[in-house]
Amino acid sequence: MKHDTFKFFSLSTIWLWIILFAILPFVLMLVISFATAGENNLVVYSFNLHNFLNLINYAYLRIFTRSVFLAAYVTVITLIIGYPFAYIIAHTSERIKNLLLLLVIIPFWTSSLIRSYAMITILKTQGLLNSFLLWLGVIHMPLQILYTNIAVIIGLVYSLLPFMVLPLYANIERLDQSLVDAARDLGANRYITFKRVIIPQTIPGIISGCIIVFLPAMTIFYIPDLLGGAKSMLLGNLIQDQFLFANNWPQGAAISVILTAFMLILLWLYWRNSRSKDRHEFL
Amino acid sequence: MVKTVQLDTTSKPLIEFINVSKSFADQLVLSNINFSVKSGEFLTLLGPSGCGKTTLLRLISGFEKPNTGEILFNGKSVVGISPHQRHVHTVFQSYALFPHMNVFENVAFGLRCQKVPKDEINERVDQALRLVKLETLAKRKATQLSGGQQQRVAIARAIVNKPLALLLDEPLSSLDYRLRKDMQIELIQLQRKLGITFIFVTHDQEEALSMSDRIVVMHEGHVEQIGTPREVYETPKNLTVAKFIGEVNIFDTEVIEVNQKTIKVNIDGYLHQLANTKNFQTGDKLHMIIRPEDMRAYRMDETEGQERMLIGKVNEVIYKGCTVDLIIQLNNGKIVSVEEYFNEDDDKLEYQLNETVILNWLPGWEVVLPYEA
Repeated sequence: MKHDTFKFFSLSTIWLWIILFAILPFVLMLVISFATAGENNLVVYSFNLHNFLNLINYAYLRIFTRSVFLAAYVTVITLIIGYPFAYIIAHTSERIKNLLLLLVIIPFWTSSLIRSYAMITILKTQGLLNSFLLWLGVIHMPLQILYTNIAVIIGLVYSLLPFMVLPLYANIERLDQSLVDAARDLGANRYITFKRVIIPQTIPGIISGCIIVFLPAMTIFYIPDLLGGAKSMLLGNLIQDQFLFANNWPQGAAISVILTAFMLILLWLYWRNSRSKDRHEFL
Repeated sequence: MVKTVQLDTTSKPLIEFINVSKSFADQLVLSNINFSVKSGEFLTLLGPSGCGKTTLLRLISGFEKPNTGEILFNGKSVVGISPHQRHVHTVFQSYALFPHMNVFENVAFGLRCQKVPKDEINERVDQALRLVKLETLAKRKATQLSGGQQQRVAIARAIVNKPLALLLDEPLSSLDYRLRKDMQIELIQLQRKLGITFIFVTHDQEEALSMSDRIVVMHEGHVEQIGTPREVYETPKNLTVAKFIGEVNIFDTEVIEVNQKTIKVNIDGYLHQLANTKNFQTGDKLHMIIRPEDMRAYRMDETEGQERMLIGKVNEVIYKGCTVDLIIQLNNGKIVSVEEYFNEDDDKLEYQLNETVILNWLPGWEVVLPYEA
């Protein structure tokens, strides 16, 4: 009985949380996305589809594809940097492992917004990166990095790297070493072992990491704002603009709904293609 | 187990260990190992867990490097050669099948690494799967197989590459009793059919005795004895081997008198004459070892006129189907075990607890070893 009461309370707390802070806001967005922006009221409730029809427009499509590509670049770069990173952490001794994991987590203790401001001082024309490259002699003139897509990518990769490293680490840690031994024993060199045994065995971690990086990379608005300058409009900024500056809540809501639908489709695709075991691991 | 395979004893050994030592972080795991593996034999590394037998296997497969000494394959040193370049393959204790591949792909893995042509891969994998009777399951995922089937896939995956030697690391330990017995016979038959050298690691002495051509008995990082199953069971070199392989009754005594080829010793108050196999001198202390199945127990009324026997009381009677085991406390307090077989003379073998019995053993079946402190 006691156990059941505990179970009931913990489960209902979680559900209450999800309903209040995830489902309810989304339903509000959905409702508003079918409304119209008024002169005196923020929202005039008159059911129509023109917010969605507005989106079928070259400018919006361009922002959408640019966001998808940028997020994809960021995901691939974090994967390429994060995989060896996670692999090394998983294969060091217990003591160093904990230290390295702590180092991965420490940036979370500072607001991501503040860390993005810090990136400005590194990337700006007389910043640390340019000074360093000049000192190395790689370049002779400071590069314009800040307020370009490169700066946005650097900022996003920096902020999102831990989200790639942690699921990969969890997966690589659990990798059965005897499988690696078996591959080596059967004549596979390190490269073939990595390609044919280690990577297939860590696919759940790779997919989890990519999803957790890709989704925020599309929507974080302050990093493109701060590092990309006004030029690079991405989906996140677009939504922010509609809500805060254009005062067109219904239009912003419609973009949000489309974005959410896009993400749900991605998750559903992964869900459908994964076996029940991976599903369990993913959760 | 009678073997029909003739071992070639004249040619060079297949694998040789010369003064090999191995330690992990100051802890000596193997010290001064010397032995050789003959081509085509079924060699078993037998010892309790932690005796270093798995480390020895990993030295052969190349996953560990010796700290000192040489390991030779066909007379050439392999120290420093990495596992994927050694032509020996392992059947791992956990089988280590690749879960993301089906049975066929698991077996084909080694051949694909060697870039064998596709047609040949198909042919050899089919052949290997037929050999382990799994040809119908080629398309199954490795995770959908039973323990016994996974075991066969692991064996097929190794032998398909025609290795110099097949290394088996306690491959039967996770199977249940019945399946383990069946797999023992299958492994022996497979080994004879293929003629591949098998190096088999186990802690199960019964398994070692019934399967091997030769047994390497290991204890705490040392090789204690190398010999045929019959040699290590019937003429153990020392107390460790005797105690580890089979049950033993140990009597400690000393030499009272030395004749030409015999010694006289005092066992429980009676003088016995034993063969002097180890050049004992008068006054030398020794262990006399008698296996329970070589002991005979008699009721008081059965033993009219028999002398020089041990007298004791029955402490425990254990019925085992084909035998009755007795735990007997001798008058001097020593505990002795006796294994009695049912036969036409003794078809009842019924003993009462605390019944007084008289014991002797088949003369000449005892093993005499120098005293070990």
